[in-house]
Amino acid sequence: MTLYDIIFYLFALVTISSAYLVVTVRNIVYSAFSLLFTLFGIAGLYALLGADFVAIVQLIVYVGGILILMIFGVMLTNKITNVQIKTGVFQILPATIGVGIFGGFLLAVLLNTNWLNLNVKDSPATTFQLGQLLMNEWVLPFELLGIVLLIALLGAASIARK
Amino acid sequence: MMYDFFVDLFGNEIIAAILSGVPPLLFILVFVLFAVWLERKVSAHMQDRLGPMRTGWHGYLQTIADLIKLIQKEDILAAANDKPLFNLAPVLVFAGTYAAFAAIPFSSYYIGSNIDLGIFFIIGISGLVVAGILMAGWSSNNKYSMLGAMRAAAQIISYEIPTILVVLTVVMITRTLNLHTLSEMQTGYIWNWMIFGGPTVGWQKFSLIPLMFIGFLVIYMSTLAEVNRTPFDIPEAESELVSGYHTEYSGMKFAMFFLAEYANMYAVSAIVTALFLGGYQSPIGYFGNLVDVPWLIPIEQFLWFTIKGTFFVFVQMWLRWTLPRLRVDQLMALCWKYLIPIAFVNLIIVGLITVL
Repeated sequence: MTLYDIIFYLFALVTISSAYLVVTVRNIVYSAFSLLFTLFGIAGLYALLGADFVAIVQLIVYVGGILILMIFGVMLTNKITNVQIKTGVFQILPATIGVGIFGGFLLAVLLNTNWLNLNVKDSPATTFQLGQLLMNEWVLPFELLGIVLLIALLGAASIARK
Repeated sequence: MMYDFFVDLFGNEIIAAILSGVPPLLFILVFVLFAVWLERKVSAHMQDRLGPMRTGWHGYLQTIADLIKLIQKEDILAAANDKPLFNLAPVLVFAGTYAAFAAIPFSSYYIGSNIDLGIFFIIGISGLVVAGILMAGWSSNNKYSMLGAMRAAAQIISYEIPTILVVLTVVMITRTLNLHTLSEMQTGYIWNWMIFGGPTVGWQKFSLIPLMFIGFLVIYMSTLAEVNRTPFDIPEAESELVSGYHTEYSGMKFAMFFLAEYANMYAVSAIVTALFLGGYQSPIGYFGNLVDVPWLIPIEQFLWFTIKGTFFVFVQMWLRWTLPRLRVDQLMALCWKYLIPIAFVNLIIVGLITVL
């Protein structure tokens, strides 16, 4: 059992147990906080896989995003302490089929992908290469994504004005 | 850095990993004991009082006495509190602050982890503090706490934008996010600090100096808002909200919030220091170089870093007893109408200068 394993299992435990709580807990605020821990655990797993930049972007975007979500969850519900969300079991057959197909699809991807084998323990820092790639090879998609985000912002602002 | 040292010392990476968390924790505890005393003395002298005088020389043992009192206090839980979240919130707030200390370069040998994304990591992980504050406010089940937490979240998320823009400005010049490399680039004398244009030369350096001063002021103001200090302390405005999100807390849980607040004050001061004021570099050269004792240099660097950080903490306290509190709308107007446009224009001009 190396240090790497311990950290991996710790983050995996955080991710899986909080993900379970997200869907089972009946309180909207509990769900939101559990989601925070899930996304935090995933950030830790990214860092362990040597994707340091992605890990921290995950933290900034999703932890910040969850906070906004939580604020809305709290503000938009009248009695914050006793809001019940429906977490019952219904439509069991279609759900099973859907989840089965999706799970099988994921499994097929997992088995058929030609995975890259890297020594993650001393993986190089990725920021410089990411910057180079984004600004040279992928500059058009990068700029387009920027425009899409700008349009979304403008749309949000114009809706909020009404 | 810390970790490698402990691996060499003990030869076991698990023990080393656990132990490398201890020095930042010790630093936080000692610093908070000092900072709480300093806050009381600074506030007292600014109001023409003496402050604590009885326990020890000029009351320097007062904080320790207060700590012992807090440990003994009953842990009060109101019936309507949301127990799990209520107990978790102080831990989360402190964890976010403590995690930020992992990447702060205290000296060239004393960095928790010399990660390549140092400054970015600190900005990212401090999101946990906001989550903890929101958790505390919500689980207290109290209108004042809830309002305080909502204000805190809105404020911290807004003021993160000018902070990140100024950090980007600095990163464009230094081309690194690593705080260790960033500090090494500002070595030499005081005119090599980023606030005086950093490692650039010639006309670039002269044109960068005013822009760097603007950037420094913007990041100082926005980090001040991020740690909820006066004049941006509306999340815990005593005259409106009792004590904001930690109204309901008592005993050790309150002490955790207190610890996190003061540790956070040092953390943001450390960021400002590392980005603009040479990090751990001495402004006048090293005594260790003069007498040719190389192991003295890291100790000197640690002292310089602590002095610079503590100075900015002192300025935060100074402002607290000088400026009145801003209103919520004024606070948001300051961020969105002044700081963000200024930081943006600054970013573009600095970008043009570095490209030319």
